[in-house]
Amino acid sequence: MKISKDQVRHVAKLARLSLDENEVEVFSKQLSAVFEYMDCLNEVDTDNVEPTSQVTGLKNVYREDEVKTSVDPAALLACTELPIENDQIKVKSVM
Amino acid sequence: MTLFTQTIKQAHEGLKTKKFSAEELAQACLERTKEVNGDLNAYVTVTEDVAIKAAKEVDAKIAKGKGIGILEGIPAGIKDILNTEGVKTTVCSPGLKDFVPPYDATAVKKLKEAGMVMLGKTNLDEFACGASTEHSCFGYTKNPWDLERVAGGSSGGSVAAVAADTCLFAIGTDTGGSIRQPASFCSVSGLKVTYGRVSRSGVTAFASSWDTIGPIAKTAEDLAYVLQAMAGQDPNDMTTPPQEVPDYASLLSGDVKGLKIGIPKEYFIEGVEDDVKESVLAAIKQLEAQGAEVHDISLPMTKYAVAMYYIATPAELSANLARFDGVRFGSKPDDEGEDLIDYYFKQRSVGFGPEIKRRIMMGTYVLSAGYYDAYYKKAQKVRTKIIEDFNNAFKNVDVICAPVSPFPAFKAGAKDDPLAMYMADALTIPASAAGVPGLSVPCGFSKKGLPIGLQIIGPQFEEGRILNVGHAFQQVTDWHTKRPTL
Repeated sequence: MKISKDQVRHVAKLARLSLDENEVEVFSKQLSAVFEYMDCLNEVDTDNVEPTSQVTGLKNVYREDEVKTSVDPAALLACTELPIENDQIKVKSVM
Repeated sequence: MTLFTQTIKQAHEGLKTKKFSAEELAQACLERTKEVNGDLNAYVTVTEDVAIKAAKEVDAKIAKGKGIGILEGIPAGIKDILNTEGVKTTVCSPGLKDFVPPYDATAVKKLKEAGMVMLGKTNLDEFACGASTEHSCFGYTKNPWDLERVAGGSSGGSVAAVAADTCLFAIGTDTGGSIRQPASFCSVSGLKVTYGRVSRSGVTAFASSWDTIGPIAKTAEDLAYVLQAMAGQDPNDMTTPPQEVPDYASLLSGDVKGLKIGIPKEYFIEGVEDDVKESVLAAIKQLEAQGAEVHDISLPMTKYAVAMYYIATPAELSANLARFDGVRFGSKPDDEGEDLIDYYFKQRSVGFGPEIKRRIMMGTYVLSAGYYDAYYKKAQKVRTKIIEDFNNAFKNVDVICAPVSPFPAFKAGAKDDPLAMYMADALTIPASAAGVPGLSVPCGFSKKGLPIGLQIIGPQFEEGRILNVGHAFQQVTDWHTKRPTL
């Protein structure tokens, strides 16, 4: 499967990455080679095979919906490099 | 007496009998670290003050005549992907270079409770994505056996730290081979646990349905002690199952009589170097001489594992990193952009290195509309087939023995083509796909003098069984006692 430069640009936009033209060129070549290799999976007959996303058989693990203290909110807020106002992180305008 | 070359068990005896203090042991390891880290680049942060403080607490306890646990006062390196409260945790990523987490990962918390003396944080490929640490923003970790070669990855820093005797054990993570492969490259023992056996809480996610946390040490026996301290269910990680944690050390009988070992032919094919095959087969012969039975088996899906892995794990990585916005934590870019979406683009473009961008691209692509079924769903179905391979094998054998890596440590820059680097994981990925535990123990050297590792794979939650096989092997061989000259 060949990945064109336009596809690279499209996927980069979906992933919120801005790539320069050199990166677009390199990724187009590298990803084409990688996806060409992955086509070998088509040799495997997977009709009537269930997909696996969890390997130890756990499902629907619940807990009580209780309020608990975990990390001090002030310590968490101290992790940001952006300005803080009224215990909230101030970001650039959304629109 | 050289303190830093000891195993955990030896150091524990010394501390108990007051041959040396925990502070002396920590100082010896810190001095050794200062001596060799400039060459190796195993640690990205050395936490001298933290280490001395923890050691003094253990000494105070001993002075009061109190008994100490096996890990109390034992110096360790922690992979810089496990959160350590108040100590920088960078994931070796440009965007997290200055991140100081406000809490400990569960595994770290448990080790601290067990009395570990943390010496520092060790190097890795950015977000644990790589097989050589060449994708670390701090440069790669050199192999203590040959400084022109890589230590392997992604837990290369942790492994080199143990191999160079700077610490008595280290913690790594293994998603597709990141403990086992570097352990084999540097001639130390490393354990990838069953998925969920050790909590992932507080460990930066790479691929959430694959990631495991495990120990690296000088013997299989020492691995058992470290695993004991970390294993078990954690309310902060819903994927840790309620399975009971056995007393691992009590399972190390050293007896392998009647043990059925499966030898998968797919792990000895072309592309696996002759030196590797010879050493691994000699190790299996040794186990046979100790009373084990050897059976030829087949794991036919092996050759599809790499392709499956490089669809499934970048998909999970891209989904995890889609939530990383550089707002709540992470470095702010110099140019913050016009609006919020522009901020995301600017932050992510400087915050991630090339391999992470490449894997985010791969993951986003396979999850995008029109390609999901052809790639991601297909990969998940092939994962089911790989699991069936192991289930079938374990109906007839107790453990599987094979090489860890197709080749010994390679030179830095030798695998600059991404696909060539991905192939380095070919023999470690299948066990990861099935969520089963795998152990790497030293079993010889290539003609060029490079370490080779034996991989011992067991069924889920049978860490004790594979550790016993490694322990039995180490009772009658001395590969694990060999050390590089530095």
